[in-house]
Amino acid sequence: MPHHFTPKVVTANALLEGDVVYLTNIDTWTRDLKDAILLTDDADADLRLLQAEAQTGIVVGAYLADMKDGPDGPEPSHFREAFRRKGPSNYAHGKQEQF
Amino acid sequence: MYAYSEFDKNFLASRNAQFRAQVERRIAGHLTEDEFKPLRLMNGVYLQLHAYMLRVAIPYGTLNSAQMNMLAHLAEKYDKGYGHFTTRQNIQYNWPELRDIPDMLDDLGTVEMHAIQTSGNTIRNVTADHFAGAAADEIADPRPVAELIRQWSTDHPEFQFLPRKFKVAVTGSESDRAVTRAHDIGLRMVERNGVAGFEVIVGGGLGRTPMLGKVIADFLPREDLLPYLEAIVSVYNLLGRRDNKYKARIKITVHENGLEKIRDLVNERFVDIKARFSGFDQALLDEINSQFAPPFFKKGDIAIFEKSRAQDPVFRAWSDTNLHAHKADGYSIVTVSMKAHGATPGDASADQMRVLADLAARFGHDELRISHEQNVILPHVHKSDLPEVHKILKANGLGTANIGLISDIIACPGMDYCALATARSIPIAQQIATRFDELKLEHEIGGLKIKISGCINACGHHHVAHIGILGLDRAGVESYQITLGGDHTETAAIGERAGPGFSADDIIPAIERLVENYLDFRSDAEETFIQTYRRLGMAPFKAALYPEKAQANAA
Repeated sequence: MPHHFTPKVVTANALLEGDVVYLTNIDTWTRDLKDAILLTDDADADLRLLQAEAQTGIVVGAYLADMKDGPDGPEPSHFREAFRRKGPSNYAHGKQEQF
Repeated sequence: MYAYSEFDKNFLASRNAQFRAQVERRIAGHLTEDEFKPLRLMNGVYLQLHAYMLRVAIPYGTLNSAQMNMLAHLAEKYDKGYGHFTTRQNIQYNWPELRDIPDMLDDLGTVEMHAIQTSGNTIRNVTADHFAGAAADEIADPRPVAELIRQWSTDHPEFQFLPRKFKVAVTGSESDRAVTRAHDIGLRMVERNGVAGFEVIVGGGLGRTPMLGKVIADFLPREDLLPYLEAIVSVYNLLGRRDNKYKARIKITVHENGLEKIRDLVNERFVDIKARFSGFDQALLDEINSQFAPPFFKKGDIAIFEKSRAQDPVFRAWSDTNLHAHKADGYSIVTVSMKAHGATPGDASADQMRVLADLAARFGHDELRISHEQNVILPHVHKSDLPEVHKILKANGLGTANIGLISDIIACPGMDYCALATARSIPIAQQIATRFDELKLEHEIGGLKIKISGCINACGHHHVAHIGILGLDRAGVESYQITLGGDHTETAAIGERAGPGFSADDIIPAIERLVENYLDFRSDAEETFIQTYRRLGMAPFKAALYPEKAQANAA
């Protein structure tokens, strides 16, 4: 019986700017969650995380974040990730306008 | 105010140069994040949700206009045009890039400011009464002592790796505006037989285990202060728990060991330490004292102040709420509200910072203070200048007349910025302020303290609010718990939890029900919310918050 695995993305902060970044399917980093790779297999997710953590010159604090599969790619399933994607709610700093 | 000595300047320059090299080594890949993290934290650099954050110390909340102008410069050059004043009288920049932070620290150094020990398990920025040096009810200005503590604690070799962070607050008044009983050490100046000394309070703190501090020494002679503090911190350094982060603060050490045992250990240690103090600290304190001489207060006619109050209702409303009694005749303490209805509590734009700096230079003997309530104070303004000061404040979105009222809310950054947060704080504060402004009720409601924290760590001081709000994550949804009856003053109290939490949509109506019921319950317009709460207790307020439950119980 296949065990249930909540889909995930690898996310982190960029070392220099601190921006929220996500891992893509070619192991580069994007600032746009739509372009992140949604990982649906736990062994694959663990491996990608290990590889991401090794990129210490590019990102800080990589971890796996739960996501849902949406029509435009991964979507946050928890409000914390929704805020990380969108930016703070008290100012329109640019990122929010897309949502 | 205190001016840096050559020693201070050299120390800061070398520390900044060290940190610059550390940042370069991190970027070049010679330091891992695990190696770099403790180094950046020692220098006030956090990594938050969306970006790095730099927390700059404003020792005991005191600034001059050049320093405030520099804070504006940093906001504009390295951030998105604003800064956030915190409940520890610091300022936080939410958007610096790692590469720029050493430049920011060098810029700060030019005006004798830094970010050292604004994080980490060290003695943090010492806070003080924000009316220090100006309040009519003060025994003495607490800032020289706070400066002495700052110098003693900065880079103190024994206290760089304490079991946990350590916070000290000082007040020179009977009225406690520095929340001394919620600090690891609180110092209250007291007089005995005409001699000033300190009541030393130990083991207070908010967070997940809120506790009010206990009096470890009811009268400590002033000259014993540093050796006594060193005795307390060294006893804690050995005895404090390092096995469990949540039990590592001194409040737990005092709680687990008992005040008597801690007092005995401190007294024993004190004898040893005191013998090694040569008196240098007292000579230094004398020197520091001379730098805090009060400004030359002018004499002048205040007729224009009275005339403006009579003629301009907006000015009158502002002067009713935002002014406090000054020790000098003809002067007032001005609290500038950083809580315009709907704005982020404690945020100031670079332009607003410059306006405040300019007002301080022109009308305020070049002094500014940041309060733990996230407002800015002009401590010395002659009443004849108040109409002009108010006009300028109003023109720059700084004229809100709400100090001490329901919209003068403390709110931590919450999940809009903070990596530790479990829910947002800022939007709740914005909505409460906007709602009660629409209702035009806030002046009728009168004195009421709402404080909001976005997690159990309680940076928003919710435990000591009349109405405290704590944001939590309940099964993936933001949920807000209400506490009632807290008090942050000399009659300090920890609030009591009212019941189950409310959703983000339901919390504003819940606060509204609470306040409407208070207006019904109060004996007269003079009885404040906290007085009514103390008279009636939790039950009627709980019924107001949970009407369905109250009805079910009645049936």
